[in-house]
Amino acid sequence: MRGFDAILVEKRDLTHGTTGRYHGLLHSGGRYAVKDPQAAVECIEENRILRRIMPHCIEDTGGFFVVTPWDDPDYVPRFVDGCRRAGIPVEEVPVDQMLREEPLLNPHISHCFRVPDAAADSFLATEANAESARQHGARIWTYHEVTRLVRQGDHVVGAVCHDLVKDEEVHIHADLLVNAAGAWAGQIAAMAGVEVNIIPGKGVMVAMAHRVVNTVVNRCKLPSDGDIIVPIHTVAVIGTTDVKVSDPEHFPIEPWEIALMLAEGEKLVPGLKQMRVLRAWAGVRPLYQETVVADTRDVTRAYTLLDHETRDGLRGLITITGGKWTTYRQMAQVTVDRVCEKFGVERHCRTHEEPLPGAERAEYHWLGAPLARVERERAYGRLVCECELATEEDVIRAITEGQARTIDDIRRDVRLGMGPCQGGFCTYRAAGIWHALRRPRVTETNVALRDFLQERWKGLLPVLHGQQLRQERLDELIYLSVLNADHLPGPTVSPLAPVMYEPAGGTQRDGPST
Amino acid sequence: MNTWPVELTLDNCIKCTICVTACPVAAVTDRFPGPKYEGPQAARFRHAGQPTPDHSVDYCSGCRVCNMVCPTGVRIAEINARARASMVAQGALSWRTRLRNNVLARPETLGRWGYRVAPLLNALLHSTWARAAAHVLLGIDRRAPLPTLVREPFTMWFHGRPTPRGAKRRVIYFHGCSTQYYEPRVGRAAVRLLEAHGFEVIVPPQTCCGLPLLSNGEFEAARALYRDNVRRLVGYARQGYPIVGTSTSCTLTLKEEAPELLDIHDDDARLLAERTFDLSEFLVSLAEEGESTPVDLQPVARRALYHAPCQYRAHRLGAPSLELLRRIPELDLVESRADCCGIAGTYGFKREKYDIAMRVGRPLFDQVRESGVSVVICDSETCRWQLAHATGVPAVHPVELLAKAYGV
Repeated sequence: MRGFDAILVEKRDLTHGTTGRYHGLLHSGGRYAVKDPQAAVECIEENRILRRIMPHCIEDTGGFFVVTPWDDPDYVPRFVDGCRRAGIPVEEVPVDQMLREEPLLNPHISHCFRVPDAAADSFLATEANAESARQHGARIWTYHEVTRLVRQGDHVVGAVCHDLVKDEEVHIHADLLVNAAGAWAGQIAAMAGVEVNIIPGKGVMVAMAHRVVNTVVNRCKLPSDGDIIVPIHTVAVIGTTDVKVSDPEHFPIEPWEIALMLAEGEKLVPGLKQMRVLRAWAGVRPLYQETVVADTRDVTRAYTLLDHETRDGLRGLITITGGKWTTYRQMAQVTVDRVCEKFGVERHCRTHEEPLPGAERAEYHWLGAPLARVERERAYGRLVCECELATEEDVIRAITEGQARTIDDIRRDVRLGMGPCQGGFCTYRAAGIWHALRRPRVTETNVALRDFLQERWKGLLPVLHGQQLRQERLDELIYLSVLNADHLPGPTVSPLAPVMYEPAGGTQRDGPST
Repeated sequence: MNTWPVELTLDNCIKCTICVTACPVAAVTDRFPGPKYEGPQAARFRHAGQPTPDHSVDYCSGCRVCNMVCPTGVRIAEINARARASMVAQGALSWRTRLRNNVLARPETLGRWGYRVAPLLNALLHSTWARAAAHVLLGIDRRAPLPTLVREPFTMWFHGRPTPRGAKRRVIYFHGCSTQYYEPRVGRAAVRLLEAHGFEVIVPPQTCCGLPLLSNGEFEAARALYRDNVRRLVGYARQGYPIVGTSTSCTLTLKEEAPELLDIHDDDARLLAERTFDLSEFLVSLAEEGESTPVDLQPVARRALYHAPCQYRAHRLGAPSLELLRRIPELDLVESRADCCGIAGTYGFKREKYDIAMRVGRPLFDQVRESGVSVVICDSETCRWQLAHATGVPAVHPVELLAKAYGV
């Protein structure tokens, strides 16, 4: 937008990292009102802007902060005061009214406050940003993993990437390199020989199979584990833990984390433990601190811009890190401001003014929209993913226009396989469409199918109990017994398969064990 | 967990699709995508605070075949009924459709004043031009089997007769609208049969059970009727009297449908549900407890087909009517192999659904014709009307044949 010739490289698909693995909250800032006022201010500012530029990616659920019998009522005045200071609109809602709106919430909640939290679809939002960037001339190269940075003296002049699809090296020469690799930012900086101390803070989230609540519900207390439920699309996500890990790529989801999420969720919604759990996932927060800290909850959620020229005497490299999904735009703004400064040009930021592609109708997303579309188009006979209502046309578009490289890429575009059956009934259908359109070797389709099943399985393994266990047994019969998926010809796994939740040693366990 | 809203049972769905393969409606029309789609799937996209996205769920007939075959216990039919109620509450149906639905769903209203001028009204309502007008203007299909009003409602007969003496125990009879205004012969047979079993039959004032309104999404009107019935009947339940009905859908409504759909789970509702029985269920339980007086049943030399209505199977009782009918000497019984006759209460009366209903019922109609029976036996009134209409074979309630066999 500001006239630079830009290339974005991403080691997998866009949102493969933390962006695609968070709970889907558009922060009002209320969560940080007391503890992290700077982050709170950033959140409410961006909350207002994102509602304007990408309403189609946001569901205006509103948010509650509730005081349960387990929470300290003395926090309430501090919370209200913190919100007022940060400029976050806050109003008390009578508990009766709260229960009318959210009948499953704990009736023993004593106070409830409404804030402008919302749910945000980070897959769609990222796609809208990417599309906007493309329209402005940017090139976006996915499945390009940076293997080293090219340094000439004290100047970074480019990067060497590995194209995972073609399995070849790609050299990029650049006047300036922006390191926005999130939890991987420390690794990228290290390639240039500078130290950026990123603490990968793992957060585990548990999705319930249906919308237990339609409003974001936070515990009114200092942020801690399992104190929030976010209704996003058709699920409700309980978040999160915060565990320091040594590697942003290899970390397990541990049983105590699931148990803790459900136990805390039960305090907000009695009976929650009997409801069906959809899956679990974990993302890593890119927490930045100049000094080493013990507890990642204490690290600020505000963002940090590091100009390595002033910080380390290394030209051609800027690192932007820390922050939240909610503040991504502001992070980009200050980064590009600095880029302009570096090049000695004065071009103003417009990202807070211009709506993103897809926002033309200026309407928020609403839960029933996919069903309304299927009903209107009578597309119910053409559903590929029945749970999330992805039609054949949607899947074809994701493959042809969306340039999907894997079935998991289709998932991120159209929510394929994200519902209660977790790919049980759509994976083979999607693989069939994929094969018909792309005409790859049969072995390639086989491995694409296996990759996706493995990806779904990894998020199911930690929650295999109750109804989801029953579901998984049926899915197992479909794929292993009927379709013989694990013995089909072809490699077991492809190089494009996502790497996740596999302990590679070195995981620190800071949390309580159960 | 049993007082949780029925929608939460969607969590049980494992997408196995058994319901879709069993659904009689999805099998014959593309307008209904099937129970899995409407129930556990679409329910995840519904939100009380948002405009309803539904259209196709209105094509659910509510027959509950899906519930019966679901291996994991999803209350699909109830989820669908509540989705339709949201459509109604949010004005997603046109005023004309709602007017039509209300005309069909309030049999009592017509009956209450209509019986006084029954011959005139019957001639009027069944005339070709009136049916054509109702077809075009209201959307009540001109071919649908409208019943005929009687001049003497059931209760007029009941209260006009001398009370039999010598009864040792009491039973409360819930007659329902159909027995009251269209088929009092069913009520007369039921009363005589119960009296033959040594009961004093009490028929307290009562209103429509509300099921037609429930299945048309008119929940608030249904709530008023249901509350009224609870108020009138719970006293008898509290005294321990059984409340017995001949209309399987009315008794199912009092037992289960109304409390569940309307989220009424108070003690009175529970007590009434516990004390309500279908007549055949009641008679079989008497026999099991050894309380029925063994009598020599008179033979009924006929070949008859018995069809258990969907609403009866939803009681989950097995087939008590069949058990009773089998005791009748010389009654040559053919069992229905079909799931549903198609009418599903008011569904098959609607212009846009009449053909669907007839297609749903076709296997049953064929069986009736091919088996060469002279009478069809069915516990539910609208099913009887549909069967008689589609096959030309007269249809009766089991109690009518039983009364005959008992010689009462």
